[in-house]
Amino acid sequence: MNLIKLLFKNAFRHKLRTYLTILGMTIAILAFGLLRTVVSAWYAGVEASSANRLVTRNAISLIFSLPISYKDKIRQVEGVKQVSYGTWFGGIYIDEKNFFANFAMELKTYLELYPELIISPDQEAALLRDRRGAVVGRKLAERFGWKLGDVVTLKGTIFPGNWELIIRAIYKGRDKSTDESQLIFHWDYINETLKKTIPRRADQVGFFVIGISNPNQAAEASAAVDKLFKNSLAETLTETEKAFQMSFVSMTEAIVIAIQLVSFVIIIIIMAVVANTMAMAARERTGEYAILKALGFGGWYIAALIFGESLVITGIGCALGIAATFPAAKAFGDAMGAFFPIFNVAGETIYMDIASFIIVGVVAAIVPTVRTVNIRIADGLRKIG
Amino acid sequence: MNNKAVVEIKGLSKSYVRGSQTIPVLEDITFSIDEGEFLALMGPSGSGKSTLLNLIAGIDRADSGSIIIGGVDIAVLSETELAQWRAGNVGFIFQFYNLIPVLTAFENVELPLLLTGLSKKERREHVEMALRVVSLEDRIDHYPGQLSGGQQQRVAIARAVVTDPVILVADEPTGDLDRVSAKEILQLMARLNTESGKTIIMVTHDPRAAEKAHIIRQLDKGVLHEFNQAPV
Repeated sequence: MNLIKLLFKNAFRHKLRTYLTILGMTIAILAFGLLRTVVSAWYAGVEASSANRLVTRNAISLIFSLPISYKDKIRQVEGVKQVSYGTWFGGIYIDEKNFFANFAMELKTYLELYPELIISPDQEAALLRDRRGAVVGRKLAERFGWKLGDVVTLKGTIFPGNWELIIRAIYKGRDKSTDESQLIFHWDYINETLKKTIPRRADQVGFFVIGISNPNQAAEASAAVDKLFKNSLAETLTETEKAFQMSFVSMTEAIVIAIQLVSFVIIIIIMAVVANTMAMAARERTGEYAILKALGFGGWYIAALIFGESLVITGIGCALGIAATFPAAKAFGDAMGAFFPIFNVAGETIYMDIASFIIVGVVAAIVPTVRTVNIRIADGLRKIG
Repeated sequence: MNNKAVVEIKGLSKSYVRGSQTIPVLEDITFSIDEGEFLALMGPSGSGKSTLLNLIAGIDRADSGSIIIGGVDIAVLSETELAQWRAGNVGFIFQFYNLIPVLTAFENVELPLLLTGLSKKERREHVEMALRVVSLEDRIDHYPGQLSGGQQQRVAIARAVVTDPVILVADEPTGDLDRVSAKEILQLMARLNTESGKTIIMVTHDPRAAEKAHIIRQLDKGVLHEFNQAPV
């Protein structure tokens, strides 16, 4: 027998209360983990950004376009290795609820700039050959059951009409953070159509993606690009891809902060619940702790028993919560894939779960421990009988 | 029984504060207990006998006076030193047995040995021997809830003697037992005193329990004003 065995036996003495506390801790960790994963998902685009890429858009707003003629000038800037361009298409597949990100891009250069999109060489060749060809992410293809050669019709919102695309390639993400739920097709396809239907909107792009050779010179390259178009009709704003993605997150920052706050409030609530459990447990055992003290066990032993019991309860709850977080996150990610294309439980979330259980376990045990350790043995023994 | 004093108490006083009132419990108590003695402390409720026992056992502090046990003045020890001293020198027997309900008889008896440097094997030997002394070797794996009151008290006695302490303190050890069990416990304590030479200080209301003691001291309103030599 050792004190660890006593600690475990104490923890499960009042089974219903302990199981309910563990259940509470499990749910708290699960909720905390899911909310942290939602926050991570919010930043997924930022995380997936490359330091080697810059994005150039209209300085007024992203909704204003830039002339395609800028491309050659940007290409001349020192340090620029490659330039791609395109626009947010915003098409609807059958119904609005089937939302997914879709872009019209200059695909040859785009695929060079995004090596994290893994496509087999034959599919890439087929994609580049077909002006109506489109490449879709693996998850998106699975979601709608698309196969190579399938015709997908998008209803244009920004670009009116029905746009028939043929799936020529399906990409896989190289990294866990790579979004596999996008559809990308040829910018030339819409540009040529616009030339016939709405000529004034032709030869315009939403943004340029610039590949640079040295990430350390991103600021200089950005400034050089913007300087090229200073005082023109369409001035540019060039920033790193990360900053570009971050600007979208910033628009919804209040929601992210609210989610973060709620996640911490959950931990504070469970802290109060566990503290109550530990206070009741310690009060019930005042006499037994007095006996241990009478037998010669010092304050540190008693503290170890109470802190240990608290950590056992929160630790089990945490382990179960973490175990439940993965399937729950998968189910949530599957259900909400349109809004959160990347919904992975980050390692950092698990570390925060573990830190939470330790903090909750320790904080919940402080008051009962102080009271128990400081009670006079004679007073404690009077609690028996 | 030797005539060497194992417990020497001089000018011991203790009072409690209740609100603005100071209630004296023990006043200027002086006496000694010889090694191997079996002393019964008697007196009405509130006379201070349990308080005196607690002071001798080192689980409470006196206001003044000294308590020297085995040559150590326990009044000057720090809380940590006092805890260590109790672990090696005092065996406790309580009215309500005070066993840990989630531990078996073996584990309860083993508890005080966890504070010693004994190996697991040595601890097992000591525990088995202590349980043999109280004739409970066949109940080694039983939990307190599976034992009768008398058996639980015998486990408590085994826990009290397992470290071979200098003194055994017993606070109403038969107060919660039926007559037959009480008799068995008193016989066991008397045996520990006569065969193992244990010094026992017992607080009791029961004159029949006190009969087992060599010496009976009476406490009344905090004053030790009378003592009788009991029949051995």
